Amino acid sequence: MLWQDVPIIQRGQLDKLDCVIDKYAGESRYLIPALKEAQEIFGYLPEEVQRRLARGFGIPASRVYGVVTFYSFFSMTPRGRHTVRLCLGTACYVKGSKDVLASIVNGTGADVGQTSRDGRFTVEAVRCLGACGLAPVMLVDGCVQAGVTPRDAMRKLDVYQ
Amino acid sequence: MDPIGTLQGPDQPGRQSYMSAMPVNKMQLRLCPGTLCVARGSRDIKAALEQELTRRNLRDRVQVLMADCSGLCSSGPIMEALPERVLYSRLTPQHVPLIVEEHVAKGRIVDELVVKNGQPAIPVPLMKDTDFYSRQRLIVLRNRGLIDAESIDEYIAFDGYAALAKALQEMTPQSVVETVKSSGLRGRGGAGFRTGVKWEACRQSDRFPKYIICNGDEGDPGAFMDRAVMEGDPHSVLEGMAIAGYAVGAERGSIYVRAEYPLAIERLEKAISDARNYGLLGKDILDSGFDFDIEIYPGAGAFVCGEETALIQSLQGLRGAPRHRPPFPVQSGLFGCPTVINNVETFANINPIILNGADWFAAIGTKDSKGTKVFALTGAVNNVGLVEVPMGTSLGSLIFDIGGGIRNKRRFKAVQIGGPSGGCIPSGLEHLVIDYESLRGAGAMMGSGGVVVMDQTTCMVDTARFFTTFLMEESCGKCTSCREGLKVMHDKLTDIVEGRGTEGDVQFLEGLARHVGTISSCGLGKTAPNPVLSTIRYFRDEYDAHIHEKHCPALSCVDLIDFRVIEDKCAKCGLCHKRCPSDAIVWKKKEVAWIDRDKCIKCRMCIKSCRFDAIR
Repeated sequence: MLWQDVPIIQRGQLDKLDCVIDKYAGESRYLIPALKEAQEIFGYLPEEVQRRLARGFGIPASRVYGVVTFYSFFSMTPRGRHTVRLCLGTACYVKGSKDVLASIVNGTGADVGQTSRDGRFTVEAVRCLGACGLAPVMLVDGCVQAGVTPRDAMRKLDVYQ
Repeated sequence: MDPIGTLQGPDQPGRQSYMSAMPVNKMQLRLCPGTLCVARGSRDIKAALEQELTRRNLRDRVQVLMADCSGLCSSGPIMEALPERVLYSRLTPQHVPLIVEEHVAKGRIVDELVVKNGQPAIPVPLMKDTDFYSRQRLIVLRNRGLIDAESIDEYIAFDGYAALAKALQEMTPQSVVETVKSSGLRGRGGAGFRTGVKWEACRQSDRFPKYIICNGDEGDPGAFMDRAVMEGDPHSVLEGMAIAGYAVGAERGSIYVRAEYPLAIERLEKAISDARNYGLLGKDILDSGFDFDIEIYPGAGAFVCGEETALIQSLQGLRGAPRHRPPFPVQSGLFGCPTVINNVETFANINPIILNGADWFAAIGTKDSKGTKVFALTGAVNNVGLVEVPMGTSLGSLIFDIGGGIRNKRRFKAVQIGGPSGGCIPSGLEHLVIDYESLRGAGAMMGSGGVVVMDQTTCMVDTARFFTTFLMEESCGKCTSCREGLKVMHDKLTDIVEGRGTEGDVQFLEGLARHVGTISSCGLGKTAPNPVLSTIRYFRDEYDAHIHEKHCPALSCVDLIDFRVIEDKCAKCGLCHKRCPSDAIVWKKKEVAWIDRDKCIKCRMCIKSCRFDAIR
């Protein structure tokens, strides 16, 4: 299945979204935590979801869109089955994470911020993960891979199908 | 192996009572629960230890636990053995039987596994004698390695919440403000504004409600001080905030934690709930009539939210765009109310200041910078980790004594201090002392405390470009100078590192950088030119080499490297051939290596692996 074919939105997901809105009682200062939970439900934040949140919180959709596009944690495009986050923080950069990134982009065929054609990986370059002692660091689905080299980066990704 | 000598208590006398309250003869093996050690398998070691102890029927003599991070991250997984405080490093589950046999059963230190000092490496069994620890002075990290981060009882046993009790029962809010003011404590988030002055301004406001905000949006690459405090000693932050609330007359506090730190959020949540159960947060704290409660607000990934006005916007569920000051947050902050916003480390300093008094704190450090500062020491040094040193310590001492010098016997080139908008200080200025003013004078800044050490393989032009890229992407876009200026600077730097630099580029960059710094409104924009200006100031020759000779002295900028093997220098060892990820290097035994340009992906693995500088 290519990622473009991912079914859009399911009924049960919308009910969950309404629970999130109820939880924060429409208080718009909690828009950011609500968006985070919404992204956990849908995997990303399509326009429909943003509009529903805007209605629930009683704020313009433009404000929701503004927040979604401002913060790097929010995504408006569907994601791959696995997220590869490579740290480009100073310590990792000094230890060659730039080269590791080149090898990952080369190997997966997905550029930074994009999803590979087979929907397997979304590749992201992130700011410091705070694990500088293990540089260069790669985070695959929340699992830390330490001391990654350009040579073994793709091998480490083999187990993620 | 040496027999274990005299039993050494912890270094602070006040803590003897708690230590002696521990069961006699009971040995503790404490594994580091920090992100780094866990990633390297400290949980597996704990399981192996428990299994081995059970097998040998020693289980009741020894307590195995995951306790506080000891900060020596590069030697992880770390295990500290109490009561002697022997520090074992780089452990694997295979080491477990040996440790149980020697250390636990026979009481002998396993020399091969303890932390080592200097070259040649000499094993140093006791934590307090190691180069890494002996020069540190712990105030913020006072409970490091001593308490279980998730236990409020252990925090209380180490004078935790004693400062809150003292403030509530013996001091007026005004005298708390006076104490913090005369201690000379300055904000640890970067700018170094006097904490006591900030509190006083908020206290004097007669508008209510007031708010306390803890800035835990530690976004600087290479910095993890605040994470360590929030994960390792969360109650010290809560206590500092409660005392601030009492001092200024606030009843609510928020901690803004960056979303990348899930463990910190988890630990803080537990700490808040424990403190509420003990009546240390909530209504009528310690029967004083003072109410204070704290909530956590996780961020969503925006560097600029570390700037205080942007953080306040974000806390209100808005885009994190900074606004003009004045009015300052103490006048008009969260929801337009008077707000004190301080950094995690600042709050962690409050407990010792209240308990030991302002004079005690003011006696540590330099004339204008008091106390200690926690640094995250990373990059090309041997001992990567968290260190806390008194203000006034020299950079050289930080890098060479505590950091153990440069890794792989390379040469020290520069140290980048103060986060992305800090500056690069070159070798030759190692004598520079760490305080707010002297760092600023050298073109860097204290920042939040990230210290990244660089050796000769780091290109300074590329480093400047790296930070400029970071800042360009993280600019909120409000001020044209920052949004567009950084973009133009970035493009110009890209031209230089990719071999398209021309005469006059450096002057152009200098001029533009000054404009960006002058015109931009917030801290991000004002300090954004620092990386460019400081590298031009100290490494002008590297810029010139890139522009005029189309050569990168550090062999880092791939577009300026030929990827050619110099035949005279090649030792025919074949290491480059083995390391090459794209099989681009042709090599046969006893023959000079040869690089196939069509296959080469310019990853520089060959250059890094070659010990003879034979690839250019």
